[in-house]
Amino acid sequence: GLSFSQSKGESLQQEEALLEPASRLQSLRDRDTVTRFDREVDPDRAGRHDVPLDLSTRVKFREAARRVRPKKQTNSFMYKSFEAYNFFTFNFEPDPQDGSERSSRKRKKLKKAEDLFVIEQSSQDFLEVRKAEYVGYRKLIQRERESELFFTPSFRTVPTSIKLPENMKPRYLEDEGLYVGERPPVSLTNENILENRILKMEEKWFGDDGRIMALPDPIKESSTRPPLFHMEEDLDPALQTVYRKVRYTPTATLRSPPDPEGDYQLDVDVSGLIFSHHPLFSREHVLGARLAQLYDQYLTRQHNNLTGHLTDKLNGLRSALRNMLEIHGGQSLTQAINTRQLRDSEQEKDRTLLKNIVKVWKEIKALREFQKFTNTPYKLYLRRETVDQASDEQEYEDEIFAEVVELEAESEEDYQRKLAEYKKQLEEWKLSRRKQELSESEGPLEEGPPKPEPPEKPDFDSIEQRVREKASRIRRKPGESILIPELSASGNITASELCPKAEIARREDVARRSLFIKILYNDKEVSRTDSRSLNTDFRVHFGQIFNLKIVNCPQSINLQVFEEIGSSCSLLAQVFVPVPEPSVLTGGVPLEEFEFSSNQRVMFDHEGVGSDVPLSFEADGSNKQTLLTSGKLSCCVSWGIGEDDVPLAPPVSQQPGGMHSGLGRLDAVSYIGASGLYDMKKIGEWATQSRLDPNDPKNSSIMQLLKVASSGEVTAPEYFRLEQLQEEFNFVTDEELERSRRFRLLRLRNQEVAEFRNYKCVPALEREVTDKVFQDYEKRLKEGEIIDTKEHLDSHRALVAKYLQKIQESVINRFLLAKHHYLLSDLVVEEEIPSIGILGLNLFKLAEPKRPLKPQRKERKKVTAQNLSDGDIKLLINIIRAYDIPVRRPQSKMLNFICFYFSKPGQSPQTIQGSDWLFGQVQVRPFVEVSFQRTVLQTTTADGPNPCWNEELQLPFSAPNGDYSTASLQSVKDEVFINIFDEVVYETGTDKDRGTTHTRAEKHWLGSVKIPFSTIYSQSRIDGTFKVNTPAVLLGYSKERSHGNSGGYDILRSLSEGAFITVFITIEPQLVPGESIREKFDSQEDERLLQASERFERDAAQGYPDRPCITTVIDLNGKTVFITRYIRPLNPPQELLDAYPNNPQEATGLVARFVSLIPSLPDRVSFSGACDLWSTCDQFLTLLAGDEEEHAVLLCNFFLSMGKKAWLIIGTAIPEGPTAYVLTFEQSRYLIWNPSSGQYYGQYDTFCPLQTVGCLVNADNVWFNVQEYASPMRMSFDTTKAKLWKPFFSRSFSHPGLSSVQPEELVYRRVDKAAATELQDRIEKILKEKIMEWRPRHPTRWNRYCTTTLKQFLPKLELSGGRDMAEGHRHELQSLLGDNRISGFPLHLPFSEIRPIIEAVYSTGVHNIQASNVEFALAVYVHPYPNNVLSVWVYLASLVRS
Amino acid sequence: MLNLCSVTRKTVVDVLCGVVFQFPEYDNLYCKYCFVYGHDWAPTSGLEEGITQITCKGSQSSHKLIWNFPLETTFKSTNPSGWPQLVVSVYGPDVFGNDIVRGYGATHIPFTPGQHTRTIPMFVPEPTWRLQKFTSWLLGRRPEYTDPKVVAQGEGREVTRVRSQGFVTVSFHIMTKDMKKLGYDTGPSSPRNTQSATSGWSTEEQP
Repeated sequence: GLSFSQSKGESLQQEEALLEPASRLQSLRDRDTVTRFDREVDPDRAGRHDVPLDLSTRVKFREAARRVRPKKQTNSFMYKSFEAYNFFTFNFEPDPQDGSERSSRKRKKLKKAEDLFVIEQSSQDFLEVRKAEYVGYRKLIQRERESELFFTPSFRTVPTSIKLPENMKPRYLEDEGLYVGERPPVSLTNENILENRILKMEEKWFGDDGRIMALPDPIKESSTRPPLFHMEEDLDPALQTVYRKVRYTPTATLRSPPDPEGDYQLDVDVSGLIFSHHPLFSREHVLGARLAQLYDQYLTRQHNNLTGHLTDKLNGLRSALRNMLEIHGGQSLTQAINTRQLRDSEQEKDRTLLKNIVKVWKEIKALREFQKFTNTPYKLYLRRETVDQASDEQEYEDEIFAEVVELEAESEEDYQRKLAEYKKQLEEWKLSRRKQELSESEGPLEEGPPKPEPPEKPDFDSIEQRVREKASRIRRKPGESILIPELSASGNITASELCPKAEIARREDVARRSLFIKILYNDKEVSRTDSRSLNTDFRVHFGQIFNLKIVNCPQSINLQVFEEIGSSCSLLAQVFVPVPEPSVLTGGVPLEEFEFSSNQRVMFDHEGVGSDVPLSFEADGSNKQTLLTSGKLSCCVSWGIGEDDVPLAPPVSQQPGGMHSGLGRLDAVSYIGASGLYDMKKIGEWATQSRLDPNDPKNSSIMQLLKVASSGEVTAPEYFRLEQLQEEFNFVTDEELERSRRFRLLRLRNQEVAEFRNYKCVPALEREVTDKVFQDYEKRLKEGEIIDTKEHLDSHRALVAKYLQKIQESVINRFLLAKHHYLLSDLVVEEEIPSIGILGLNLFKLAEPKRPLKPQRKERKKVTAQNLSDGDIKLLINIIRAYDIPVRRPQSKMLNFICFYFSKPGQSPQTIQGSDWLFGQVQVRPFVEVSFQRTVLQTTTADGPNPCWNEELQLPFSAPNGDYSTASLQSVKDEVFINIFDEVVYETGTDKDRGTTHTRAEKHWLGSVKIPFSTIYSQSRIDGTFKVNTPAVLLGYSKERSHGNSGGYDILRSLSEGAFITVFITIEPQLVPGESIREKFDSQEDERLLQASERFERDAAQGYPDRPCITTVIDLNGKTVFITRYIRPLNPPQELLDAYPNNPQEATGLVARFVSLIPSLPDRVSFSGACDLWSTCDQFLTLLAGDEEEHAVLLCNFFLSMGKKAWLIIGTAIPEGPTAYVLTFEQSRYLIWNPSSGQYYGQYDTFCPLQTVGCLVNADNVWFNVQEYASPMRMSFDTTKAKLWKPFFSRSFSHPGLSSVQPEELVYRRVDKAAATELQDRIEKILKEKIMEWRPRHPTRWNRYCTTTLKQFLPKLELSGGRDMAEGHRHELQSLLGDNRISGFPLHLPFSEIRPIIEAVYSTGVHNIQASNVEFALAVYVHPYPNNVLSVWVYLASLVRS
Repeated sequence: MLNLCSVTRKTVVDVLCGVVFQFPEYDNLYCKYCFVYGHDWAPTSGLEEGITQITCKGSQSSHKLIWNFPLETTFKSTNPSGWPQLVVSVYGPDVFGNDIVRGYGATHIPFTPGQHTRTIPMFVPEPTWRLQKFTSWLLGRRPEYTDPKVVAQGEGREVTRVRSQGFVTVSFHIMTKDMKKLGYDTGPSSPRNTQSATSGWSTEEQP
């Protein structure tokens, strides 16, 4: 009872502790009470106790409990029982002497709570103002310590006695001899602290020895794992971790011990199934299936060709019969007979099969006819193969004869045998008869054998009869054509709408069905195929392969065919597939067909014939057939192949044995094992043992093998062959390869034939290469000699073009090798070793003051052309300024210009200085338009005759065929046209309401500069002032310098007339220009001369790297020729000299003009950058095309023959770059001639295009410029001064008397006026067509009147050499045209081809005029010069009626 | 001429590479890459040329510089001739901080679809003379190829002398399309699985 009450008391205490919320509620109330009436209480004390009330109350109960516990061990029960008694009996109310302060306080609290509602209290009791109470942290801590919440374990050693239970002595296991592991090292202090702590916690953690229990130290002294010195992949491969997927291992495995690596895989390939009968078959289907079956049979038979094979065998046996008779006599004969019988039966089968096929086909046809629709796509064709009647008959007869003979022999033999037997029997009979006769007396007990009948004599006549009969039955009649059936499924099936209702129902039923196949492995379903709907042809294609990873020994593989109708499905049939042998591996096995059938009875009420239902095709219902659902499932089961071609098949021993014990003889593999297959002896052995039929086609390959093997070693040929495997590698014959279009295309491209050089995407297949691709190329080959006059307009030029092309080809071929010859500098960019001088210079440069206000163009990085594409390259054209643009003429009534521009005062100071009439005068509003590759960009409009634009235009560049190779870029023939236009604004009307005026801007062409792209490409930048090509006549503009008095600058350019424009052109990014060939050419020059020239050039290049120096050039034959050989006085055409007999000045100009009229064609363009070739003057005049050097040489030679002092200048000019000019010395001044334009400049001309003079050449010597300056203005041309000019031939190396390569005299062809007129008409026609083509939206009207006027004017222009005739002409025009506003100008070009003319006309933009009432006038004039040099004038004008 | 490219059959080769470089003594390298291919090839998507980030040697991974830079390019073609090559050139600063070339290398893009790893040996052209070697070292202007694509072809290389240094490892992921249609079988010898349904394992016990 007591113990019970004690525990009860404890549990109650705990309960109280648990009743925390209640007590807390209470404590809140307590606080109030405390503050209210504990006035007599010490405030300190109150604060100490009451603030952490909720905390302290909770703790205190526990404390109490704790305090109680140690007591209960020491004190007697009495106390406990007393307490319990108190607990139950006490009211906790009256007794303050309970001993513990706690209980008294509690009682107090309770009392206070009760007193709360006592009213007789003063107001002071309720209201009290005190400061907020604060208890310091330290105080709190102290209080806690007092209340023993914290415990600080001491780190002094605990005496062992405390740790052990009382009256226990420590026991040391170690001393007792037991193994005690080494304890983990713990510092003594820590151990002490821990022990103290544990003691305080009163938990049992001490062992017998009085120490804390501890396991031995688990850390081993040495590591078990081998040390890893290497990182990651250097790790020993054996130590590398391998990830392997978790695999479920069922309990039952294959019989072999489970091999962790060996997992077996069966590949079940379910290809599809074909129904040979299905309940839903219509009658036609039944017949169709039969037909197909028969045909299949036919095909297999045909394939096996048993008949043929047996016939062959028979023939063989027959022929061998005679020879072998003595050895194998009887056997062979019987064999022959057997074979013949076999053959006959096969033949008969063939024949019946064919008959059946035809019969079924007929039935199908009849059925189709009858039911009036077609259900199956089958069509049978019978192909007849006619045979030669005579030979066929002969064969037939032979065959019959042979058979008859055989039969005769056979029956003869038979007869003989029978006869022998008969005789024997007869003997016996006679004997018995005799016996009988003897024993007759004894009684007729024994019946003797009957008398044997003598055998019939074989009836040889009937034999033949029989043979013939049989032959006619089973064999084709002689001469009868062989019938070959061909079954195709190409027929049309009648559409459902046209069928009767029953048939439609059947078809719908078919469509509703679908099939799938379950794969059962060891009678468990492992997979199933997708469900495929049944097709109208009753074929289902699955085409699925199932990889079965197996662990169980394969027992059975079963495929179940299910048919699904809607949601219900039924098992149709089962197919058991044999487990494959281990050697049967995926990929090496053909699909097999397994037949299946089902005996389910199915009937339909529609056309479907059903299954297991009697069916008749006869009209009377007889001859009933019962068809069962059947079909063939095409599938194959094989062992899978692993990743490394390892067969995933179990070893042979695992297979259930005894499978091929009976077949052992026949299956070579099982007989000798797979490895033995390579052993010829074993195979031979097996072949003899199994008595292979050598005539069986199935054995042919093995027989062949044996034959080879038995013939001994393969005999080595007794000769040596190069490329002995060539034939094996010839996958096609050479002819076929030649014929292949694709191969041809590839080959031509590889040869870099022009048409195919950059052909992209050669089609992958032969048939995709059309013949069209080769058309151009073949045409070119074919028409090598034929001249295409259409393109060239002029037969002579066409010839020349062909000739040029030939030269070009030969040159290119010659340089092809050299092109592929590389130098180190081509491949590797390497810094050159800086010399001390350069180093010093660089240092000096560092010290140079920076001049930010003087910007300089920096060298850009060069880009190789090959990795570029369309849009990457841009042409930057910086139009800076122009000088002396023609200005508008003062207004005239007739021309009626209304212009809105009035030049402001101060705008052009030069103008203001001039005469008064200029003031307020409309001058000109020029802008520049740049066109390149049909892209047109323009600048803003500037004012006055000396405008400054300073604008940059970017034109995109695209290479032909997207080929950005150096060679291709060099041969770009496009030109940059820089045209200067005047913007004229006309008022078309005024809108008075708004106060605005409608204006129309018109642009008038003032002149142009054209720069070939090839020049820009080779120069990489062009920077300079060019003379603008202004037309000879500019209507409405005056070219005269209106202010000739404006300072010294004008005096300088007194010689040069016309307008000038300053431009800067470059290509962005900078391209590396192609380099000329560094090939050393063979030469007929003296070796010494060549060495000297090499030295001379090298010295020149070292001393003055920017001055070109040429001493040797390459002629058209590709040979090096010394340059002076080209200079020789040559006669100009006599006509030219005769034109101005009294005026040598004029004659000189005319000669220069003649030379300039020969079209210019850079060698870079014509020879695609191969090299610079110099043609002689006669070659040049024949080709009528050449670059500056040829022009210069010709002009120089003309001048020499005219008695002038002339030199060839080798230098650089803008825009051409390195070029050749001609220098003449006349009237004590030097003139510089530009041979390509016919212009000449004085030595001090500001706008002379020649920038640097490198060397001078005449017939005797070459002088290199060693002066300080190379600009013509600042140098002396006096070659006698050795300080200024370094001669090639000097006293030390005198001129060896080089003969000239030029002809002695030039022969010119006469002027052909008729041809010129014809050409003129053609050009005019073409241009008119082109202009109309360029104006697709506007009608183009031609003013014939104006045209005739212009036409009359052009010859005059030619006569005057393009010099100013404008004044008279203008008046003439004005008087003719009256009120029309005319703008136009004549263009002048040397004639080469029609294309440049068209381009030039296009670039002027005359056709762009938009006015509705515009009319055009076009006149063309071709002036012939000797030797077919033609000068072309095109006068194009637009007329607007005002 | 180009319209012949529009034949329906094209070979598409997809390239995806990650790059790991191994240069023993250099650091802070970056690499430029470009593809070189024949006439019948055309890139259809992806960049033909590019540049990787600069990478420093890691402290742990044994002197490897890892770019891990993906290049993704698709080519089409009608002809296997001129099969694309990847040209890689590696650059980095020398002791003076000049940016110099550290190696050139090229490899054909693998023919077979799938993942491949190629280790390209790298080399740089050598200066012609000893003195030049010194000056180029001093000035930080080592000899370079005029065009990195030179290393993808053999023509003209006989005039150069090179020093080999380092390796670049490129891993390719190749996909091809319609190669078989054109009659080129480059795929690995795989079973003719048109549709494969692996049935896992047979869970049943042996009866």
